Amino acid sequence: MSNQVFVKMENICKSFGTVRANHNVNFQVNQGEIHALLGENGAGKSTLMNMLSGFYKPDSGSIFIGDQPIVLHSPKDAIKYGVGMIHQHYKLVEVMSAKENITLGQKGSFLINPKKITQEIKAVAEKYGLPIDPDKKIYDMSIGEKQSVEILKVLYAGANILIMDEPTAVLTPQETEKLFVIMRKMAEMGCAIIIITHKLHEVMAVSDRVTILRKGETVTTVDTKSSSPKELTDLMVGAQVDLSIDRPQVKRGLESLKVNKLNAYDENKVHVLDDISFSMYSGEILGVAGVAGSGQKELCEAIAGLYPITSGEVIYDNENLVGHSPAEIIKKGITMSFIPEDRLGMGLVASMDMIDNYLIKDHHNQKGLFLKRKPIENLCNEMIHKLDIKTPSVFHPVKQLSGGNIQKVLIGREIETNPHILITAYAVRGLDINASHTIYDLVNEQKKKGVAVLFIGEDLDVLLELCDRIMVVCDGKVMGIVDAAQTSKEALGFMMAGQKMEVLHD
Amino acid sequence: MTSFLISVVIAGTPLLFATLGEIITEKSGHLNLGVEGMMLVGAVAGFGFGIITGNPIVAILGAMVAGALTALIYGFLTITLRANQVVSGLALTIFGTGFSSYIGTNFIGKKMPDNIIEFYKPIEIPLLSKIPFIGQIFFNQDIFVYLGYLTVIALGIYLYKTNIGMNLRAIGENPSAADGAGIRVSWYKYVHILIGGALCGLGGAYLSVVEVPAWQDNITAGRGWIAIALVIFSKWNPYKAIFAAYFFGGLSIAGFRLQHLSIPQSLLDALPYLFTIVVLVISSMKKSQENAPPKGLSVPYFREER
Repeated sequence: MSNQVFVKMENICKSFGTVRANHNVNFQVNQGEIHALLGENGAGKSTLMNMLSGFYKPDSGSIFIGDQPIVLHSPKDAIKYGVGMIHQHYKLVEVMSAKENITLGQKGSFLINPKKITQEIKAVAEKYGLPIDPDKKIYDMSIGEKQSVEILKVLYAGANILIMDEPTAVLTPQETEKLFVIMRKMAEMGCAIIIITHKLHEVMAVSDRVTILRKGETVTTVDTKSSSPKELTDLMVGAQVDLSIDRPQVKRGLESLKVNKLNAYDENKVHVLDDISFSMYSGEILGVAGVAGSGQKELCEAIAGLYPITSGEVIYDNENLVGHSPAEIIKKGITMSFIPEDRLGMGLVASMDMIDNYLIKDHHNQKGLFLKRKPIENLCNEMIHKLDIKTPSVFHPVKQLSGGNIQKVLIGREIETNPHILITAYAVRGLDINASHTIYDLVNEQKKKGVAVLFIGEDLDVLLELCDRIMVVCDGKVMGIVDAAQTSKEALGFMMAGQKMEVLHD
Repeated sequence: MTSFLISVVIAGTPLLFATLGEIITEKSGHLNLGVEGMMLVGAVAGFGFGIITGNPIVAILGAMVAGALTALIYGFLTITLRANQVVSGLALTIFGTGFSSYIGTNFIGKKMPDNIIEFYKPIEIPLLSKIPFIGQIFFNQDIFVYLGYLTVIALGIYLYKTNIGMNLRAIGENPSAADGAGIRVSWYKYVHILIGGALCGLGGAYLSVVEVPAWQDNITAGRGWIAIALVIFSKWNPYKAIFAAYFFGGLSIAGFRLQHLSIPQSLLDALPYLFTIVVLVISSMKKSQENAPPKGLSVPYFREER
């Protein structure tokens, strides 16, 4: 890593309407370095990088590449200066092949020369160690493969400044590790890499330096080696933060939901739920661990009455819920909130405001012909206050809120219905530390109130600290249910990979 | 039978141009429901230029320019102002219908000059027209029909074999991805919407200048709407569009042929429209990634949208 300044952004300001996303931000990246951009949701990380990649125009401030001041009017200009951005939501054309996506917008001959392009792509791919099939269609690819295409796309365009917006958010730990290897290789070859993230262990693992943003302003830039996760968190949040998660001791209540030998198949006849049995108790958080796609989503939906069940029972209050409609199940006090990978796909209507989103689930409880918005408005305002949701008002379409705030709205709504059973999947997906802890507190509060909680999570550290028991699933089967206080990350990892363990029944 | 098939090709030709025009428009991510309007403007412009100048080429070029200018209204509304595409397209059809009626009042009862009719009479292509059966149907036609074949091939190559064609498809699928790759999205959209309009105008002019060739009010009689359905039927593929267009051309003249049977005339006239509905039902039942409409169809693109 040389100390030559490659990219410099000076006094950058950018507002969206009345929202001030960036204010006098200063940022520098050297050649051959991996630079992490750290900040909470809404700190202005993506906005800043969207300006460097030409998507947004800064209101004021200047950008330098090398010593040369530049003005970017469009992504096309940015590409010209060697800036390539890999967006959080991949910008790929699904019906086209990898090859077509990579060569899109490139200056080339009038007619496409497929053979030559395939060779060129393979050459770049090998240079950086990115495995790829140039003729595979994007819609046939896994998320990791899609990311490889995105990276190749910017490399093929000749980028030497790479911006990656939360590249690991949807990757498995193994895929993440592979990505880091590729990133280091690119840095060695003289690229400057900027990684936007809020996962601290990734910052520590991969970056050379870190710039921290808070509320649209630069806090500082530090050397990763001379810093610690604790220090970074404090800088990011702007206050001393306790990183530990609370596990309040609550006396476990009665069995409130019993799942007995549940079986289900998906449309391709894959056995997605294979003889799943477990019990949930009031005042207890049952965690669910497993590699993504091990049946977590199907399990949630099966209990909520949204997934067709082949055989088995879901017993609640001495009654089998299988065959009941989702509305009936909600009425009984069972709520489910599932945060999908794109965060907005399920549960909320993006273009509606908070009140209407609340009403979707509540309107059956209102009497009379017309909707009564006023009481809901008060309720939503309370929710904003209690959960610290950042929104201009309750009348603002939820899609304009940041990811974390959208999630708070969704989970807040589920909790507001005073459920007996709360099912929540990936509740903190993509959330920063502060927002995550708000969610943990919310879940704990429900536990104290005697609610039985099913908490499906990704981060094993969180599951171990927050949950009372952890059920591990693999390929739709229960691998074991263990006491969270007496197990280890390694043990969970083995079970996630398919090793059976003793099922803890009480 | 041969004479029937010859007239099938003729009846299918205006549909073909309009369908190709709408395909190229939709590939840029814009649903332009103004096909009927653009065809009518093209028809009246072609007829007007033909009568006034007596020049067959000017008549056709005039129709294409008129079609493109009509499409420009739509383009400005939907690209620059990001107006709703469905409403803008419907407005364009209403505008085109009214405009052509208004201008056309001057032309009622008039015929195309003989030299133009003469110019667009069938031309036998040496060798090809000698192919038994097929030769007489496909290669003893007027220039327009041949132009139709060429447009199909040119558009097919353009969309699937060239870099700019690939860029265009990317814009229709995911404008944000195309933008990120440095493609000038709005520029592409304007160009292809204008080309689409020109092709629709051409389709309309074929009716008034060659096929009929006299002026009648509302000369397109719903062909623009059928063309929009044909785009779906042909799965946004220009090669399939030619079959779709000729098939529907055949349906539209089947009525005359079947007059001697005791089927009510009104039912025969309704045949193409009935089939349009059937086709839409069938093609919306089959779902696959490849034959789907462009994903960005009718969604306005704004770079800084959050």
